[in-house]
Amino acid sequence: MNGLPVEDVGERLNAMLARIPYAQFLGVRAELAGDEMTLIMPYAERLIGNINLPALHGGVVGAFMEMTALAQLSISVGLARQARPIDVTVEYLRSGRPVTTFARAEIKRIGRRVANVHVEAWQEARGKPVAGLHGHFHLKPVEPPAS
Amino acid sequence: MSETPAPPTEFPVKVIDGSPLGRALQFETVAMETATATLKAPYLPEMVGDPDTGVIAGGVVTALLDHASGQAVFAALGYPTGIATLDLRIDYMRPAEPGLDIFARAHCYKLTHSIGFVRAVAYDRTADDPVATAQAAFMLGTGEAPMARPGQGPEAGR
Repeated sequence: MNGLPVEDVGERLNAMLARIPYAQFLGVRAELAGDEMTLIMPYAERLIGNINLPALHGGVVGAFMEMTALAQLSISVGLARQARPIDVTVEYLRSGRPVTTFARAEIKRIGRRVANVHVEAWQEARGKPVAGLHGHFHLKPVEPPAS
Repeated sequence: MSETPAPPTEFPVKVIDGSPLGRALQFETVAMETATATLKAPYLPEMVGDPDTGVIAGGVVTALLDHASGQAVFAALGYPTGIATLDLRIDYMRPAEPGLDIFARAHCYKLTHSIGFVRAVAYDRTADDPVATAQAAFMLGTGEAPMARPGQGPEAGR
């Protein structure tokens, strides 16, 4: 954390999410308990991939966990700029039901340039995750030269 | 030479029509070939992941690659069945150029009786200069076929 009171970090985090259009599309918000952050994605019909089951779109669950990793990095490292994903691997464990989804990220290692982050997403029970993600994120992405 | 059956275009197109996410992000099938699907996502304001640059979120590319990969499995199978993503690995090569539509071309290169293996690439200008590449595995025959709503699709009502 950045030495700021938890409430301020939480407010800043939600303000940051409010500025990201895709975070708004997914409908995510953050909650902090001490230094532990949970990202929350309430159910919305537009997040469905298979209407017969019905199940959340796998890409939505992946995107939600990716955003959890980015949010956790922003509060843990206090980045001036958003980190950028280098690679992510998503494993799908259960079908995402049309209910609220939660996710928490654990930063496994922070180097000078790259962070390794694991994320787990769950719905009714923390012990029954719907999906996991592990990925590498660039902490100081360099802007590509304007073409 | 024996006649090659026409690629099963109709069912996978319905997959997008029946998927609320595909509709919300305006995913569109631009080509269906044998075991291969190409999808397009138009650049939309709600896709932006970095408000400072206008670059779309990595998560949009994730959703498009996942969707295209699933369609490639249907294209390879040639008939609807329930499928479930087992895993999806994405490598992000570079940020997508703000304002450009993004494409995903997915190829199901191997089907076993229970698994479909897919490689996919996402690009904005040409496939030679990818935004991201993906590798995915799908479980086949998991429950109901997606999106074949009652009265729609070749095996509706099953």
